[in-house]
This record gives sequence, structure tokens and C-alpha cells, in this order.
Amino acid sequence: MCAFLLHLHFIGTLLPIENINTVATFNLKINGKPRTVDVDPATPMLWVLRDHLDLPGTKYGCGIAQCGACTIHLEGNAVRSCQLPVSAVGKSPITTIEGLSEKAEHPVQKAWLEHDVAQCGYCQAGQIMTAAALLKRNPNPSDEEIEAQMSGNICRCGTYVKIKEAVKSAAKK
Amino acid sequence: MNNDKNALDRRSFLKASLLSGGGMMLTVSFLSSFKSADKAEALNLPDQWAELNGYIQITADNRIKLVCPNPEFGQNVMTSLPMIVAEELDADWKNVTVEMGPHDNVKLGPQFSGGSNSVRMYWKPLREAGAAARQMLREAAAQTWNVPVGEVTTKAGVLSHSSGKTAKYGQMAAKAATLPVPKDLVLKSPKDFTIVRKSKKNVEGLKVVTGKPLFGLDYRMEGMLIAMIQHPPGFGMKLKSFDAAEALKMPGIKDVFSLKLYEEGFEQAGFDTRTFNDLLVIVGKSTWEVMNARKKLVAQWEPAGEVKDTMAGRDGKRIVTVPGALESSQTQMAQMAEYAKKPAQELRKDGDPESAFKNAAQVIERTYTAPFLAHNCMEPMNYFAHVTDEKALLVGPLQSPGWIEPTISKLLNLPPEKIEIQMTRMGGGFGRRAYNHYLSEAALISRKVKAPVKLIYTREDDMTYGIYRPMYTATYRAALDANKKLIGFHVKGGGVPEHPIHANRFPAGAVDNYLAEGWQIPSNVTIGAFRAPRSNFNAAAEQSFLDEVAEAMGKDPIQFRLELLKKAKENPVGKNNDYDADRYAGVLELVRDKSGWGKPGSEKYSRGVAAYFCHNSYAAHIVDIVTRDGQPYVERVFSAMDCGIVINPEAATNMVQGAVVDGIGNAFYGALTHKDSAAQQTNFDNYRLIRHNEAPKKIEVHFVQNDIDPTGLGEPPFPPVFGAVANALYKNKGRRFYNQPFKPELDKAI
Repeated sequence: MCAFLLHLHFIGTLLPIENINTVATFNLKINGKPRTVDVDPATPMLWVLRDHLDLPGTKYGCGIAQCGACTIHLEGNAVRSCQLPVSAVGKSPITTIEGLSEKAEHPVQKAWLEHDVAQCGYCQAGQIMTAAALLKRNPNPSDEEIEAQMSGNICRCGTYVKIKEAVKSAAKK
Repeated sequence: MNNDKNALDRRSFLKASLLSGGGMMLTVSFLSSFKSADKAEALNLPDQWAELNGYIQITADNRIKLVCPNPEFGQNVMTSLPMIVAEELDADWKNVTVEMGPHDNVKLGPQFSGGSNSVRMYWKPLREAGAAARQMLREAAAQTWNVPVGEVTTKAGVLSHSSGKTAKYGQMAAKAATLPVPKDLVLKSPKDFTIVRKSKKNVEGLKVVTGKPLFGLDYRMEGMLIAMIQHPPGFGMKLKSFDAAEALKMPGIKDVFSLKLYEEGFEQAGFDTRTFNDLLVIVGKSTWEVMNARKKLVAQWEPAGEVKDTMAGRDGKRIVTVPGALESSQTQMAQMAEYAKKPAQELRKDGDPESAFKNAAQVIERTYTAPFLAHNCMEPMNYFAHVTDEKALLVGPLQSPGWIEPTISKLLNLPPEKIEIQMTRMGGGFGRRAYNHYLSEAALISRKVKAPVKLIYTREDDMTYGIYRPMYTATYRAALDANKKLIGFHVKGGGVPEHPIHANRFPAGAVDNYLAEGWQIPSNVTIGAFRAPRSNFNAAAEQSFLDEVAEAMGKDPIQFRLELLKKAKENPVGKNNDYDADRYAGVLELVRDKSGWGKPGSEKYSRGVAAYFCHNSYAAHIVDIVTRDGQPYVERVFSAMDCGIVINPEAATNMVQGAVVDGIGNAFYGALTHKDSAAQQTNFDNYRLIRHNEAPKKIEVHFVQNDIDPTGLGEPPFPPVFGAVANALYKNKGRRFYNQPFKPELDKAI
């Protein structure tokens, strides 16, 4: 968990404290497609995705990088989109849950279905994005590595046992 | 077989429904209210849905749509309820799709998710719905084939006759829909079940893992505005004045205004609880813009003073006085300790407890406390509303549309038929979304700004202006005679603002001299149902206490409970004992045997046991703690449940595992405290929720196998977790933990 929390902390320092009353144009690459938005540069990617690009799969849970519901991939790394201002994205490609695989063909999505992980399901997009980034970096994580890496994502329904089973079974594929 | 000890819960449920102002049907007469289709010709297109009753639609090309009546909040009703229909319909599950129903209490019954009631309440009506439709399909086939209906059989969505004729359901659906609804139905014997008891995947699983817009917060409409509410800084405060000049200069902001939720004298129904009545509202184009501009609002707040609320009640309206003081958790704790010494209301008395305690050779007395808890649903409160002079469209997460509709009707002065409430998948509920003031707020805001609006609570709003689990305390006393026999039991419980006692629960009925008392302290902190209300505290306190009593008596804690249950069964004390002693003992025995309790092999663990009965189901857990990095850690849990027939075993296991994790988390960390009426926890950085690395590595769940009509599972596994954790902690640390959450107590111990 430490590695990406540090990363998030770094991004956090770029976030302007107060909003700027200007609107700028941003050319983004999201789920492999070019997307353009005209927004306040301080707008977190979470709200750019949800309010401006009609990609509501990325969820709002806390707004302060504590729960992980808003996890997306920035250049393949899991980041908290609630703390990532659109102005900090630059040319880095972004993947959201909608872009991981539309038909649930990604091994992590498949494992989530196989283990029927979800209860309410609200946090699961974030869980899946964190797990997908983890397995890309470390295709064979130990139980302890899974526990540490997945601990930034809160599941209020308490599906952690199932999440661990699913990550382990996705790792085998 | 019905062996459902539900008398108390059913009564309290009836009360709740009545308080809410109607709209619910407890005797489900969905079939009699359903009208058959007028003409078969109207349904001659292959993709047209023939509606056999409110729950079942079938197309000529053999697709079967089952309608889920109850809102989904993770308890998996969208899968389990249609499974019940499909079972009696004899449908092929592969051809079934499931749709969340509209709000229609006439056609679809009570539509209330909560109280672990969905499966229990719908078991019979949904079986009847499936069986009735199957009967109509058989009748349609019999008429078409000109054979006696008794000779038409069904299997996996296919009708057959011994002559060799066969038809898929779809081929007979249009005709079946015109036939009268049969009166006499034969339901399957549990041994013939082919869908129920066989694990089925979550019907919305694919949508969840691909990020489809399922939740209220995901709902959008063209021209929709975003609204947020600036609440007072604490309970007992209200808006005095505000200056919106700076906020209105911010980009995207449309309006700032104050709004009264309930006008003076408005008769609130039982679930119309709200945190504040004077709302400062900000409306704008996008979430981020509104969040930002909101910081520029300048508001003055003042003490609200004592407030009189008008509440609807069974015996007409009544006035409830809400105190005006600015409260703090510390003073509330002190106040509870003081009240605990005063005389209280007697709730149940058996035998002569006074004499038993006077003559006791040993009296054990222990006091337990627990703080307010915030629900912390992962999806914060929100609702979409589009209200015009003519009608209202309301879309979002809620647990019971039928309870809020009468309130909305009164607030908007619109008849119920002009109000459409749609239910989205909920990002958690836990009781919180039975209180739909946020829906009423959204509706009033939409009417004011004359636009479609989505009201969003930020995490901070959600946490600091909640409808909390009350603060509780209970003092337990046990009287032992010279032979260390339990001769008297006394529980005196209280809380802010309600007491936790279920007077007729175990060990009532098992002890000759028994006394239960309750008291309460009024407060302006808003409270409501939280996963297994009251039980979630009782099970912690009572089950810890029984552990300590067993130890004083020199008995094994499981054996001690089994002996008490034996007495409760063979020679029960008093009347109205609220549990079935056999089933209670059954889960204890099952968890004992599955966990190897008392057998070699678990020496590395500090083991704690607890069991409880609530919401008509029975639960027992054994919690195994190890010391990890100097801290106690629950590494392994064994659970045994008796909820009768288990509809969907894998999902049921998931639910129990989740409840265990939730219980461990709240036992160690859960607390919402106030200082000068303001919540001290505002987000997940200071309200600690259990995380992946703190959850057990293994939670083994076992179900008692029987053919008893199913009861619920959302709540029953949750309460005894707290007790089992406390008892295991004692084994691990050598001292007892009486005050939740345990983590601060643990830190003090180090």
C-alpha cells in the first residue's frame, strides 16, 4: 500500500487549495479514446468522469483518498481520482472501470463474477481497479501482499474474504 | 413447516407500518388484485411481454422476466426473491432476467427492505405467484392440446403431455395471461426444489463489475442540477441568517436559499425522522462547482432551543419534545451512569429476583457501554427529484418507497398517483435508508428551483448529520447460590435516547428469578435503525456477561448456555419467551462441532464464543484471535446460522461473512462522538472502518439444514460478533472489555 499512497500524496501536493474561477480545455485520453472537456483546472478527475464524461462507474465515497471507491488507472497505476485534478493528467492515459473491459473479459472482472464478490457493489469498481493494477505489477502476490495492497479500498459490506479469493484466482489466470 | 418465532417482530413491524402512514400490505393479496389480460390477440408479437401476475412476464419467444419487488442494498434480493418465483414457476433459470419493480404496493406487496424481512415476508406470496403462473400455463396448454390439465407436466420451462406434445412457456404465455388466476395452489415440497438451495450468481454481477450506472448517485437527466445542503454545525442548532453573495459569484451556481422541510405542525410519520428542519440549500450545475461554492456561504447559526415535533401515531398525533441543549458524548456518558442508578421501568419480571439477589452467595455485576454509530453507507445519501405542479418523479436509493409516499404526497400536495418513486440499487443501507428525509428535501428543492435536481450529501454531510445507532448502556447482575448455581438474573439497560432491552429474549425463560428494566434519556441527536437495532448492543453485553458468569460457575461457556437452553425448553420460566430453545442450541452445537471447540488443534488461538437470536434467525460465532505485531487480530471465525431454508447458499455465506467483518470492525473501531453538539468524526480519516488487512483470513459459515420456512439473514449474524470478539479478547489479554469500541480500551491497556 505504501508505494501508491506515497504516489497519491505526491499528486495531492499538486492540488490547488482553492478553486480557480477559470475554465480551460483539456484533451484527455480515456479508455483508449480522445475526450475533450472544458472545466475548472482544479476539478478532480472523479467529477470530470462522472459529471462531464458520463462515466459514472468510478464512484464517490469520501473525496479525501481514504476509501478507494474512485480508483482509476493513470498510466496503468492505481490512483485516487478524487485527488487527481484534471490539470495534472497531461497526456497520461486513463483507464476507468468502463474501459477495463466492457464485457467483463478482464481476468479480475471474471474472478469477481466467479466468486460472486459483490454485495451492494458500490465499492467494487474501485476494488477491481486496485486489484487489476496490483496484478499487473505483481502477477503472483502473496496473501500478505494482497492484504496490504487492497487495504486502501474500504468495503462497507465486508466482502474482504471474497475479494481475497477473487484476487488469488485472477492471479492464476 | 413454519417454526418462525416472530411474534414480537411482527408486532413491532405492524406498528412501524402504521406509523409510517399506510401504503403497506401485510396480507399480500397480489393475486386477487391482478387482472388477467383482456385479449390474447393483444399479445401476439414474439417480443411482447405477457404479464401473468405482477412478478412474472413471459414473451412468445420464451424470455422470462421476473420482477423483484424489494429494493436491493446488497442483501441480494434481486437474485433470491426471483429464485423463489422461478422455483414454483418451474422456469429455466438460464432464460430468466430480473428487473427491479416499480413502486406499486398493490401489485408487488410491501416492498420494504429491512428488518431481515424480505425473504421471510415474500416466501409464501412469491411461491404462490410462481405456482399460480405455472398452473395458468398448464391450463393454457391443456386447452390448446385438448387434454385434461392434470396430465400436463412442467420441467425447466417446458410443458409436456404423455402424447408427446411439448411447448415452451413462451408459446403458451399469451393465452395463459387471459386465464383466471387459480385459487387453489399446490406448492412444491422442499425435496423437489431445483433452484432454491442451489447457488445462483448475483443477477446484477455483470453490471457491477463493468461499472454500469446502477446507483442513485449515477442517475442523470438532461438539464439536471446538483443541490447540497449546508447544515448547522451541530445538533440543537438552527439557521439564523445567511449571506450568499460570494457563493453566488462562483461559477455554475444557480441559487442559494433556505427551506423549511416540515412546516409548523406537520404530522411526521414514524420514518420521517430528520436531522434538521431549516435547510440552507445551494444549487448549481455540477458537483464540484457546488462543493466549492458551498465553502463561500456565510451562515449564522443559533441555538434551536426546545423543539416540539408533531408525530403521527396509532392513537392520533402526539407532540414530541426535542431538548435544546448542545450535547457532548462525555456528558452523555456521565448522564447514563447517573440514570443507571435511578429506578427504571420494569419490562419483565419472573419469580422473586429481589430475594434471589438478597440470598445469593455471590453476585456478579458488570456494566457495558457503546457509542453512537454512523451507518456510513459507501454511497452517501442522495436522491433525484423532478417536481412540477402536476407530478413528481423521484429516483434514488431507499429501503421502503411505501413509507415515504404519503409524506411526499402531503409535502407536495400531490395525489399518490402523480408521484412516481423509482428504486435504484443502494450502495449500502444498514437501516439508514429507511429514513428518507433526503428524498423529501430533494423534492422540495426541485419544486423551488423548477428543475430536475439531484441532492447529494457529501461524505461529511452523511456522517455528521446521520440517523445514528443510539448510545447504549446495560448493567447485568447474576446471583449465584453457595453451589454456584444461577438463581437470579437482572438486566437494567438504558440509552440516549432509547433503551436497548428485549425483555423476552434469552436468558429470559431459563432463569427462575429474572428482572429486565429500561430507561432512556431524551436527546436531540437523531437516531434510528442500524443493522439489528438494539440487538447489536445487547448481544455484545449479554454474551460477554454470560461468558463471565460461566467462568465464575466453573463451566464451559457453550455447555453453560446449552444447560440454560435445556431448562428453557423443558421447563420454561414465564411466558412469551421470544426464541426457540432447540434452534438456539442447534447453532451453538453446530459451531462447537465445526470449530473443534474444546478439542486439540486450536491452541494458538484465543477463542471466544457468542450466540444470539434476533429477527427470527439464530446465529453463533466462534472468534479466534492471535497476537500480530503486538495487537490482537481476529484471524479466523466459525459461524453457524439457522435461518430455515437457505435460498441462495453462496450469497448467504457472503452475507454472513460480511456481517462478521462488520461486527469485528464496529467492535474494535466504531464510534461517532459529539463535542458541543458537533460530530467529532467527519470522514473516513477519523471514523475508522475495518479494512482488508484487519478482516479475518478465514470465515467458515455453516447452516443448520432443515425445511423450516426461511427467515432473514441481513441482521441476525451481526450482533453476536461483538460478544464473541469481547470474549476472545479476554482470553488474549487476560482482562475483560466492557466499553465499545475496544481499540481505545486496548490502547489504554498497553
